[in-house]
Parts: sequence; C-alpha cells; structure tokens
Amino acid sequence: MASVTYDHVVKKFGDFTALHDLCLDIKDKEFLVLVGPSGCGKSTALRCLAGLEEITGGEVRIGDRVVNDVPPKDRDIAMVFQSYALYPHMTVYDNMAFGLKLRKTPKEEVNERVKEAARILGIEPLLARKPRELSGGQRQRVALGRAIVRNPQVFLLDEPLSNLDAKLRVQTRSEISKLHHNLQTTFIYVTHDQVEAMTMADRIAVMNKGLLQQLDTPHNLYDHPDNMFVAGFIGSPSTNFFPAHLRNEGDDIVVETGAFRVKLPAAVRETYKSYVDKEVIFGIRPEDVHAVDYIPAGISSALVDAKVDVTELMGNEIFLYLLIGGNQFVARVDPRAKYSIGDEVQVALNMDNCHIFDPAANPDNPVAIR
Amino acid sequence: MQTLTKTKKASPLVWLGANGLRILVSIAVPVITFMVMRWGFMFLRDSEAPKLVIALVAIIWGVGGVAVLYLLMNWVVEQLPTDWTRRVQPFVFIGPAMAILTWFLLIPTVRTLYLSVMNRNSTEFVGLSNYIAAFTERAMIESFRNNLLWILVGTSACVILGLLIAILADRSSFETVAKSLIFLPMAISFVGAGVIWRFIYYYRPANLTQIGLLNAVIVGLGGEPQAWTTLIQPWNNLFLILAGVWLQTGFAMVVFSSALKGVPEDLLEAARVDGANEIQIFFGIIIPQIKGTIITVTTTIVIFFLKIFDIVIVMTGGQYGTEVIGTQFYRQFFSNRNFGYGSAIAILLLIAVIPIMIYNLRQFGEREAF
Repeated sequence: MASVTYDHVVKKFGDFTALHDLCLDIKDKEFLVLVGPSGCGKSTALRCLAGLEEITGGEVRIGDRVVNDVPPKDRDIAMVFQSYALYPHMTVYDNMAFGLKLRKTPKEEVNERVKEAARILGIEPLLARKPRELSGGQRQRVALGRAIVRNPQVFLLDEPLSNLDAKLRVQTRSEISKLHHNLQTTFIYVTHDQVEAMTMADRIAVMNKGLLQQLDTPHNLYDHPDNMFVAGFIGSPSTNFFPAHLRNEGDDIVVETGAFRVKLPAAVRETYKSYVDKEVIFGIRPEDVHAVDYIPAGISSALVDAKVDVTELMGNEIFLYLLIGGNQFVARVDPRAKYSIGDEVQVALNMDNCHIFDPAANPDNPVAIR
Repeated sequence: MQTLTKTKKASPLVWLGANGLRILVSIAVPVITFMVMRWGFMFLRDSEAPKLVIALVAIIWGVGGVAVLYLLMNWVVEQLPTDWTRRVQPFVFIGPAMAILTWFLLIPTVRTLYLSVMNRNSTEFVGLSNYIAAFTERAMIESFRNNLLWILVGTSACVILGLLIAILADRSSFETVAKSLIFLPMAISFVGAGVIWRFIYYYRPANLTQIGLLNAVIVGLGGEPQAWTTLIQPWNNLFLILAGVWLQTGFAMVVFSSALKGVPEDLLEAARVDGANEIQIFFGIIIPQIKGTIITVTTTIVIFFLKIFDIVIVMTGGQYGTEVIGTQFYRQFFSNRNFGYGSAIAILLLIAVIPIMIYNLRQFGEREAF
C-alpha cells in the first residue's frame, strides 16, 4: 500500500520522446486508470514505474522512496501483462508461487497464500494444470493471482482485458473492481478503452502523444473536459465539434457557426464575455442533442435545422447522423422519435452542457474556456 | 439414382467396351515411359557422345524422369476406383523414397551385419568373435575411451559455448558480426579444419623456426615448443577435440540464437517483476523454454562426435592414443582388409547411434515437427 508519484518524468527512445514531463500523484489505495489512444505513452508510463524501462529524466517515487535506480524486483510491485506472460513450463500453482519462492518465503506460507489467492479468484481446481490447458479467461485469472499472492504495494495492470471476448471482459471488469475494493491496494491500470476507464477508475489520467491531458474523476472528465482531445476521446459516440464565433446579441451571447446560431444560457454569460467576436470551437455531446418532441424538462434548449443522413436504432436509443451545413454530427435521441433518411428536421441542443474551447492558446488541442 | 442402377446392372462385357480404351492407355503409357527411361539409362551408360550432351541428357533424364514417373504413377492410380486410389496413392508418394532408402541404406546395413559375423574375407562364419575382439582389443578400447572423451568434453563444450555466445550476442550491439565470425568455421570442410589445426599445433625442434601458431606464440613469449598432439596421453585428445568444438560451436550457437529469440520478452519481464535476477531468469525461465532445442542440438552433436573421423585422420592419423571408432573402422576395413572385423566395428557404431536417434525423433514428435 503506497502512493505513487511521477515527478516531471521524461522518457526518450532515441530521438522519440514517449513521455513529456509527466506529473502524476496517485494516492494510496487509489484505482487510477491511464487511458489514451495507442502510442500515447500510457504503457511506457506503467513500464517506467515497473522498472522495465529506465526513465530519461525526472523522478518516480513509490511511497516516499525514489525508485529511479531500483531494479523491478525490489520495487515491491506486481504487474499483470496483456499477454498474461504465464510461464508455460510451470503449473498454475508454480506460476503463482514463483515470486514467493524467489523471496525465500517459507513453504507453508507459500502454500497458504497461493491457496488463498486461488480461492479469491475461483481457480482452485486449476492449480495443477499448465497454462496451455486453460482458457483465456482462466489464464487471465492466473495472471491476476500471480500478482495477488505477492501482496505488493502497487498493482500494475497493462491492458489485462484486451485479450478476452466482449462478454467476459464486462464480467472481469467488475471483478477487478471488486478485487481492488477487497485488497485495498493502489491499482494502476492501463487501457485504450474509455469504457473500462470510466467504469473502474477512481481517477482517470487521459494521455495523448506522451502528454498528460487531464487527471480527474470520471465524472469531472466527462462533464468538464479540459480540452478538445479529452472531450473527443471520452464518450462514445464522440463529441461533435463546430468552428464558431461568439457574438453579442442584445444582452445575450450567441454561438454562430456557418450553419446555425444558438443562444448561450444566461448563467454562463460571464464566463464567455471576453471571447465575444473571437474564434472558438463549439462542442456538444450526442446525448445533449434531443428530438424536438422529447426535450427533457428544465434544460436551456436551442433549436437547429438539420438533415437526416443515417439513422441507427440501438433499441434504447437512436443514433442520428445529421448534416448541418457541410458538417456531419451525431445525436443520440429518444427511440420513440420518428426519423427517416433525408428528412429536414429540427433538433434541440442542450446548451447547459455545451463545451466551448479556445483555439488561440493551442491550435492543435483547444483548451476549454472556464 | 437411375444412372446408378444402370451402371450396376451393366454386364462386364459392356463395361469392358466402355473402359477398354482407358485400360489400354493405362497399360500403354507406363510401358512407353519405362522404355524411354530405359533408353535414357542405356544412353548414359554406353554412349560415346560429347560430355556436354551426356550431361544435358543426364539432367533431363534425371530430373524430368522423376517428374514424369511421379505424374504417371499418380495418373495411373487415379484411374482406379476411388477407394483403391485412396489406398494406393500414399505408396506412390513415399514409395520411390522408400525404395531408394532401401537400396542405399537398408541393404548395405544388412550386408554389413552379414559381413560382421564372417571371417576376414567373408568365406567362413565366425559367430560373434569379431564383436568379442572389438570389445577386448587394446586399440578398440582406446577408441571407445576417446570417443567417450569426444562426446563428453566436445559436446558439453559446444553446447555451453554455443548457448553462452548466443545469449551474449543477443544482448550486444554487434550481434551479426560476432555470430558470423563464430559461424564461419561451419563453412570449412572437416578435412580442411583438420589441416588448419594440424598447423596450429605444428611442432619443430627448438632450434628451428616454428611454423605452428601455438608454438610460435609460446617461443615468442620465451617458452619451449611442445608437440601438442603427442603430449600426455590421453589428454592430447583434447587438442583434437578443440578443433571439433571450433567447427560445431557455430552450429549450436545459430540454433540456440533463434530459439532464444522465440522466448517472449513478456515472460522475462514478468519474471523480473516477480523478483528474479538475470541468473534465475536464465535457469528458471529461458532454459526450460528452449529445452527442446538444447536436446536436439546436444544429440546432433553427440552423433557427430560419435562418427568423428576426418579430424583425427588428418591431425594424427589415430597415432599417439587418439584412435577413435571411425578411424579404427577405416583401418580394419580398408587398410587391413579385414572385412569381418571392420564391419563389426561399423555395426557397433550404428548401434551406439540408434538410441540417440530414437530419442531425437521422439523429441521431434512431441513438438509436432513431423
């Protein structure tokens, strides 16, 4: 049980910088998820903590101890690999006991801890088997078991679910959450799947191109993304973005894109006042676009005209692919709404939940205006 | 259904009428082919034609003949009723190979076995006395001892060095250069290697200029020149074995090197996180992973050293206590023209190789290489 700190960590592979000045404070017993598209540096960050990669600059601390030059075996961490990396020539029991035996743990204690871990994971009947005789899900459990028996300060999980089928993934997801709750240990979990991140994490660190984009609770990340990348990455389907200008109109501020004009709610007027007549990016999540007949009560809605391009009925909702001007955008609307391809329709935007980003500061990744 | 009944009811005469031509062709085509092949054989045997023409005919007759024979046999078999085709076809595929193996391997082996129980010019049955002699004669006992030395020292040296170099090369930046240099002796014939090492150990009295590399170095350092290959028997065998090791280590290294690359990096990392140091990883993870390869390489080299002949005959001619089974066989069979005794030695060598071969084949079978 320990906190983990990345203090201005830099990792370079030759000329390529995999991690730019990464700063992360992970609290004791926290479940932190590192999420981002492939190649964003999340696995590298985890491997730097495990000691499998040497860092180029900065400091990594586990608890109060700087571990920059500590070999993996002395860091008191356990890691679950994407491929599980079970030792093929050993039985499940020996796989789990390997780390303990190396630490010269007494035999009875090894036996006890392996049995206990096997019981927690429900793999007791498999202890005498070899990994090749196990299914994917069973192997995954053994990999978890190998980490549990060591009773480490920090658990590192590198995409542990990506080799499982969809159903098993959902099931294992909740089991890992439960495991974290029972073990009361720091978990650091790497995934590219934002659903895993949202469902399991206490806090999520979103990364892109070796840069930390935002570190926050799933709720805040979803409702208050710091920048356009986070707004686009978290949530599925992705947030719709429109280049726009803010204009004064009497007392109101309106968002003016090439295709539509919508009024901002009075409550947020102060926030955006200084951006009037400037270029901004207007973002709205698909679920904040409603069918006109099913507008939830109490929201500040603004109507826009659009043309239906494609409709996808999901059962509990409809994905509408709409065209506004030249832009395509997505809406998740009430399944009772009736739409056909080619219809000229009106949809309502929930302006309370819109996001406005300022491209002036960082054209590649506009920052949210707060 | 109707056609089926019809065919069944057709009388043998009608059937013959319908298939007569096919049967005729089936017989005629093979006959013609064999005649052509025979003509080719006769031509090659008796012809006085220019060498170039003979060479061309030999290539066309040899390669083309094999192809034509195969196609023809296959075609004939396919004319048979379906279930017969299935039964006969395997023999068409492996038959020729079996026939050639029988002719060139099996029959000579049986003949050698027969010779080994006959007297020196094969005129009289002598029972097992040749074998008894083989186990009691001083030169043969010396050979057995030396072969054992070759196998124990030579094989271990090749395997250990090969593995060590493969691992070191795998982690160094000049892997290709190092591996090429060590693999290079493989390209030299055994006789060539024998000559090279004979000159390395070459001895001339102290008052003459040393032309042997080893003695030149020793004299250069102020020492006395030594007659290495005649020194302290039986340990002078080690100088010969060194030549064999020089030849075979490259083979071991290359095979080990590819096996090492097949060990997933994940496994090593998992072991590192589990707390293993590099030596524990080597013996606990890598060795079990490449066990099959180690066995294959070991048995291959054991067989090679059991049959060792060229190096010994070139370097010492079997003198100074360096006789091995191979040289003894050669000496008895060809120099002394004692066919019975020579054959008995050959059979002993064969018997010694058989268990290793069987073990090797079983290993291959387990790994489904066949």
